[in-house]
Amino acid sequence: MAYSDKVLDHYENPRNVGSLDKNDPNVGTGMVGAPACGDVMKLMIKVNDSGIIEDAKFKTYGCGSAIASSSLVTEWLKGRTIDQAYAIKNSEIAEELALPPVKIHCSVLAEDAIKAAVADIKAKQLAAKVAA
Amino acid sequence: MEDRNPIYLDYSATTPVDPRVADVMIPYLSEHYGNPASRSHPYGWTAEKAVENAREEVAKLVGADPREIVWTSGATESNNLAIKGAANFYANTKGKHILTIATEHKAVIDAVRELERQGFTATYLEPEPNGLVDLDKFKAAIQPDTVLASVMMVNNEIGVIQDITAIGNICRAAGVIFHVDAAQATGKVVIDLEQLPVDLMSFSAHKTYGPKGIGALYVRRKPRIRIEAQMHGGGHERGMRSGTLATHQCVGMGEAFRLARLEMATENERIRMLRDRLLTGLQGIEETYVNGDLEHRIPHNLNISFNYVEGESLIMAVKGIAVSSGSACTSASLEPSYVLRALGRSDELAHSSIRFSIGRFTTKEDVDYTIDLMKSKIEKLRELSPLWEMFKDGVDISKVQWAAH
Amino acid sequence: MSPVYLDHNSTTALKTEVLEAMLPFMVHQHGNATSQHSFGRTARAAVEHAREQVAAAVGAYANQIVFTASGTEANNFAVRGICANLQPAQILTSAIEHPCVSRPALAMQAGGYKALSIAVDSNCSINAAHLQKLLQAPTNLVSVMLANNETGAIQDIAKIAELAREHKAYMHTDAVQALGKIPVDFFALNVHAMTVSSHKIGGPLGAGALVLDKRIDIQPLLYGGGQERGLRSGTENVAAIVGFGAACELAMNNLVAFDTQTESLRKHLEAGLSKLNAVIFGHHGLRIPNTSFFAFNNLDGETFLDGETLVTALDKASFAVASGSACSSYSGEPSHVLLAMGVPEDLAKGAVRVSFGMTNTLDQVQHFLKVLAQEVARLRNLIAIAA
Repeated sequence: MAYSDKVLDHYENPRNVGSLDKNDPNVGTGMVGAPACGDVMKLMIKVNDSGIIEDAKFKTYGCGSAIASSSLVTEWLKGRTIDQAYAIKNSEIAEELALPPVKIHCSVLAEDAIKAAVADIKAKQLAAKVAA
Repeated sequence: MEDRNPIYLDYSATTPVDPRVADVMIPYLSEHYGNPASRSHPYGWTAEKAVENAREEVAKLVGADPREIVWTSGATESNNLAIKGAANFYANTKGKHILTIATEHKAVIDAVRELERQGFTATYLEPEPNGLVDLDKFKAAIQPDTVLASVMMVNNEIGVIQDITAIGNICRAAGVIFHVDAAQATGKVVIDLEQLPVDLMSFSAHKTYGPKGIGALYVRRKPRIRIEAQMHGGGHERGMRSGTLATHQCVGMGEAFRLARLEMATENERIRMLRDRLLTGLQGIEETYVNGDLEHRIPHNLNISFNYVEGESLIMAVKGIAVSSGSACTSASLEPSYVLRALGRSDELAHSSIRFSIGRFTTKEDVDYTIDLMKSKIEKLRELSPLWEMFKDGVDISKVQWAAH
Repeated sequence: MSPVYLDHNSTTALKTEVLEAMLPFMVHQHGNATSQHSFGRTARAAVEHAREQVAAAVGAYANQIVFTASGTEANNFAVRGICANLQPAQILTSAIEHPCVSRPALAMQAGGYKALSIAVDSNCSINAAHLQKLLQAPTNLVSVMLANNETGAIQDIAKIAELAREHKAYMHTDAVQALGKIPVDFFALNVHAMTVSSHKIGGPLGAGALVLDKRIDIQPLLYGGGQERGLRSGTENVAAIVGFGAACELAMNNLVAFDTQTESLRKHLEAGLSKLNAVIFGHHGLRIPNTSFFAFNNLDGETFLDGETLVTALDKASFAVASGSACSSYSGEPSHVLLAMGVPEDLAKGAVRVSFGMTNTLDQVQHFLKVLAQEVARLRNLIAIAA
């Protein structure tokens, strides 16, 4: 399979690998995919009080395109609001990385991971509000 | 380190042509051209003689009579010809059930599937978790109307060797025609068709240091096995397979099989030593699983799953070596290996499997380089892997509810 | 001294440039084109480049080319594969087809199909009226070769295809003997499938192709790894395919030269043959430029000179020619092509085929005619004495 230069770059030098403290009320976690499908993506975002994503970390079990897609979104997420994050479309990821048609699902997974992480942080914020 | 040519450890996908084989082929591409079926001039005679000498060499390696060897374009054609040819020929007398193994090569599985579309029935027997066929289960799977059984001698993905003698005897006793795909076996396992209870056997040149595009089918003469031709035309190969033979390729296969006959004993010892070195080195990595039985296995093959690492990203990471995940023929798809799944391996382990296949030109340095490379890359990918993190945290991944995707 | 090769319709010498293109893929670039690693990708790229070259030579798109191991396989694939997915009806093949077209059609009869033969006239040209008549019954496939291997006769395939299409039949042509000798254009011929082969055009043995109208639902002959978009399983013979591609490109560049050179040699040959009162088969019709198929009767016009004796004498004088087609030279049977043309069996048995290539020279033709004249005179003399 021929990979684009951007996929290779992200694959060989993945940005923002790692984890954040999942118990931190400002950290949202999105874990999508399944081992049986060959892809699991874990995306963690840290959101400050004004709703801006300060930090993003990922770990991905999957092919080079899956790793590159998650690495790319961690770069994109930093500095965005969670609403802006939520608006990221898989097609933008696929286009940026020049993913071939058989790898489009990797970008879909990355979009899903963002949505899951955002949902998680929103749920945490809601829970905090209710508790308060 | 990354700039050097990759180290080739994919000998089960295809082998390089041995330079000695290429040397004998090239004259038949240049000065000795001729259609071996041309009876009216020396160009044809020279070609025909070369083809017959080569047929003899192929026969010698496997203990057959040259008249039992039919040239084909490769193991895929041999398998198709044997299975469809024998099933169609004997369907009316013996019946319309085919017995084969779930871990056969696609060329066997898909030929049987085609017969199913034509009205045959088939059983795809699951092997044991070590990849070997259970003889009692095999025996029990034979039906009164079983016409043909097809079992590969050496599996292309995991290298396990089936007990062909025992399986053949079961077939003989039941009056079932027995076909064996030996594409991965020549030069690696001793094959003596004078002794083996096998009726049809498929061979390939390019897995044994010969050229691509040529193979052969063994068709037993005593007792005589008949097959229906799948390709019709000039009536070459005693009517069993028409088509102009590529002289240089026949010559190449003959020479490759001659070299295999002479050198396999010493070569296999050297390769076993290298494989064991590789195995020991890789077993130093945590959470690795060897796929397939280690004892009943050709020395050339090592198939290992590296848990919590995804196979395709692993292949990408190990650009310094040329290996495959799954068989070469299926690795273009994103499906995990059907062979490993048939062994009962989980999809994750199937996904993270690598087949290392060692051959004639592999060196000790190649093996050591490979071990170091695998160690460092797997460590890197596991750092990236959320599954590895969970495993280290003591989470039982099989119990996790994964969102359907 | 190696014999003068005058049997280019049987197989051709591999061109040096082709061998050079192939060599890297015979040893060093040995990857399996399905493998994902760099060895595999190199092999894949080479196969795809060759596919472009073959496509360009036949005026088709690369994705219409399905590589096979030979022309024989491609013909079997076309006849069986196209008909297998249709409600069994008629399969029409011309009376002059190579057996690898007519025999698969006959084999299909076991599956309820009806194989019928289309007649040709004395010039080896399809009898259109007969075809029209046959087409009145439901027909799956019409297969007529573009150029005949023995006489060299060229058929008006576009016209035949039009007739076939009018009757809702598929049209296949075996263009193995035409490629490299005359322009071949898949779309102009208006066929659904077309067979070409490598070793007839200076490429290696071991590669052929079926050019396909992509809308056709064709059943594979070989099942397995799913190569060639699932239409032809089996590890690609990379070296042979690369050679086929290179040979196609060379043949296209040499098309005009081939025509000029071989046709002028044939003119000399046939002028000489006429002086010897030879019967030249099919020479009133359109032929590929390099082929001449002939036989001799005795001057009384009734006794015929034995072809095997002629071929043997020519062989002694170091000329490699064919008696009938290479594939039927096993049998000793008279050529089915000549019989279909209405040639008497005894005359047909004496037929000799000369097929020129680019390496043949005028000197060779002159020498050939001299040897032939002596031998024909000797044989005629023997017959006269016997009488």
